[in-house]
Amino acid sequence: MEARPTSTAEAASILREAAAKGWAVVVRGAGTKQSWGRPPRRCDLVLDTTGLTGVVEHAAGDLIAVVRAGTPLAELQSTLGFAGQQLALDSPFPNATVGGTVAVNTSGPRRMTYGTVRDLIIGVTIVRPDGVIARAGGKVVKNVAGYDLAKLMTGSHGTLGLIAECAFRLHPRVETSFVRKRGDFGTKAGLAWEIDAPADGDWKVAWEMPGAGGDPKPEWWGRYPWREGELGVKLTAALSKVRGLLAAAKRLGVSVRGSLGTGVLYAAAQPDQIGDLRAAAHEAGGHAVVLTYHEGVDLWGPVPGLDLMRRVKAQFDPDDRFAPGRFVV
Amino acid sequence: MKALVEKLSGRLTKDQIITDPVELRTYECDGLAQYRVSPGLVVLPHNASETAFVVKACAEAGIPFVARGSGTGLSGGALPRRDGVLIVTAQMRSIVELAIEDERAVVQPGVINLHVTRAAAAHGYYYAPDPSSQQICSIGGNVAENSGGAHCLKYGFTTNHVTGLEIVTPDGELVRLGGKALDPPGYDLIGTFVGSEGTLGIATEVTVRLTPVPQAVSTLLAGFASTDEAGAATSAIIAAGIVPAAIEMMDALAIEAAEAAVHCGYPAGAGAVLIVELDGLIEAVEAEFAAVQRLCVDEGAFEIRVAADDAERALIWKGRKSAFAAVGRISPDYIVQDGVIPRTALPEVLRRIDELSQRTGVRVANVFHAGDGNLHPLVLFDDSVPGQAAHAEEVSGAILDLCIEHGGSITGEHGVGVDKSRYMPRMFSDDDLDTMQMVRCAFDPAGLSNPGKVFPTPRLCGEVPGRHKGAHPLQEAGIAEVF
Repeated sequence: MEARPTSTAEAASILREAAAKGWAVVVRGAGTKQSWGRPPRRCDLVLDTTGLTGVVEHAAGDLIAVVRAGTPLAELQSTLGFAGQQLALDSPFPNATVGGTVAVNTSGPRRMTYGTVRDLIIGVTIVRPDGVIARAGGKVVKNVAGYDLAKLMTGSHGTLGLIAECAFRLHPRVETSFVRKRGDFGTKAGLAWEIDAPADGDWKVAWEMPGAGGDPKPEWWGRYPWREGELGVKLTAALSKVRGLLAAAKRLGVSVRGSLGTGVLYAAAQPDQIGDLRAAAHEAGGHAVVLTYHEGVDLWGPVPGLDLMRRVKAQFDPDDRFAPGRFVV
Repeated sequence: MKALVEKLSGRLTKDQIITDPVELRTYECDGLAQYRVSPGLVVLPHNASETAFVVKACAEAGIPFVARGSGTGLSGGALPRRDGVLIVTAQMRSIVELAIEDERAVVQPGVINLHVTRAAAAHGYYYAPDPSSQQICSIGGNVAENSGGAHCLKYGFTTNHVTGLEIVTPDGELVRLGGKALDPPGYDLIGTFVGSEGTLGIATEVTVRLTPVPQAVSTLLAGFASTDEAGAATSAIIAAGIVPAAIEMMDALAIEAAEAAVHCGYPAGAGAVLIVELDGLIEAVEAEFAAVQRLCVDEGAFEIRVAADDAERALIWKGRKSAFAAVGRISPDYIVQDGVIPRTALPEVLRRIDELSQRTGVRVANVFHAGDGNLHPLVLFDDSVPGQAAHAEEVSGAILDLCIEHGGSITGEHGVGVDKSRYMPRMFSDDDLDTMQMVRCAFDPAGLSNPGKVFPTPRLCGEVPGRHKGAHPLQEAGIAEVF
């Protein structure tokens, strides 16, 4: 069954009903990352958020915006662009909804300068699995009243409730261009510093710099390296270990792309490479998380704090009805 | 409590356990001295495993515990319990690792904020969050409070600078979250824990980001006739797309106090001063600094002073940084308030505070982080005059109501603690607070970790919320809701 509410109140009433009936619920925005995480064990209701759209408030003078979760990211950016502002998230999925971007915590090269969703989100309205509407944070950037549920919801993959509305801090838009290099890594500079490291070709490095007049955007910039049939893997490392991790991936025949300035990389791998890749990431002080589901592959590896996460999940979703089995199982 | 002392003595040394009533009293308050409770017991663990041991012993005995760093908090977050244990992190002051190449430092919770910067300085790095108390406050306390500072306008708060934690959960388990790398898998428990004011456990090790020291720093002081003009200049700077490292404002009464205390030489007769600091790459700072000066003049600045060197910069900051204490020169007692409003509401809210002050006869000096709308009104009173304290408290509360009315927050950096828990229901609905308590119940089902802070009424964790299987027919039909 599918439902497409057009207001938070309507979404809440649908979710109250789903709770009463014990239905399993899967929240879907634009559907760009439904193959991420494990497939839900059951699904009685798909809650489509694409009717929950619109910028509720854009206070340009305060550099904040409040936006409904089903709004496409690209649409939000174009609205903000009229005021010379941006939500500083260059997600690889511009057609994704804002809610989906928050729920899956995608980020792009500019995270080196602006951080990720967790650094930009300042408030959230959720509908809990039991259909209760709750808010946390607010619409001011500086605010330490109460728990930061917006961060808890960020990257929760729709397992803790429906993200209905988000408030973000904004940044001025900047004109940028690129500097490209082959053969050596260079050093941290500009807004972003990225590498394209194919297993069987030349490695390329590029920077996004403020100001016009540089090179155009490299075609690989901000795009995941995997193709149909390959696993998408997120690799992280302590900064001093990034080069070691890149070398290890090359030895394994794995192509990697990502942020040299933050140690967050993306790899295109085969199922039988995950074990070695994960060992290399752990060696580098980070993790290897398989983003795109593949049967028989351990997506997460060991997750420190998993017991606490399960307890959080059990509090928010005691009947395990929200995307059951997808994440934190 | 006696049995607990006996148990702790099996592992800790005598000088780690304080039971003497006179010594206990030295821990009776934190930086908010109006609340005082002598703790039942004070324990000073040396490391994470001792901390876990103490917490586990508390959990087994059902005794509440409160963590305390340097005791500089301004919301009574480290206020002890007479029936509980105060766990003081002052013996955990090692910088475990300075990993410059990783741009990280791994520190124990008792490490002083400024000491991280000092350790990293030789390598060209610093620790960005800079609360006013940075010379004495601890990193563990910063984690609990999600501390900010004058420069968080550009660099963010503690939560943006913590990449790893080791915590003791309220049942006494040691858990590692994150590390030097970013984006650890699973829920963002670090983001949940930072700023939870000691209610979700105790941090025993913290991995923080180190930030490269900027190539250039430029600071100016601008004098305006009124706070309206200074507020307009602030808005103009932000609207121009400039993100300064800090924009601070003081009004006439705050200037008067600072002058009396530290003779900082702020422009005579100013109704308001702005301190604007820019940092970054030399060329960018130069261009933006020129723009800032122009914008200040356009909005009515009658005097602009530019710091020529670090000494002059320190002098400009001296008046601002000493402002809270300086108010003691012009008033025997005062309340430091901490509220947030959208920056654009600044002129309106300041007018309303002024009206409030006129109407009640209670003087209010204003010092604030203008860039992010974080107000620190100082409500002045004389405790020796009967009724004045209560009157000041009312005005202080009314200012928070103004913040909420304008879509802001009851605290920007001091925390809720024991002081503001009663204001939480003005900012959040019962459902909002109930949802936050679900996190509390996940971490601390027995409610032993810093109980009585942040939330006005704790939920009983046994209750599972909203488990109304089979809805009422009226609700089903969409006619009525469950009340």
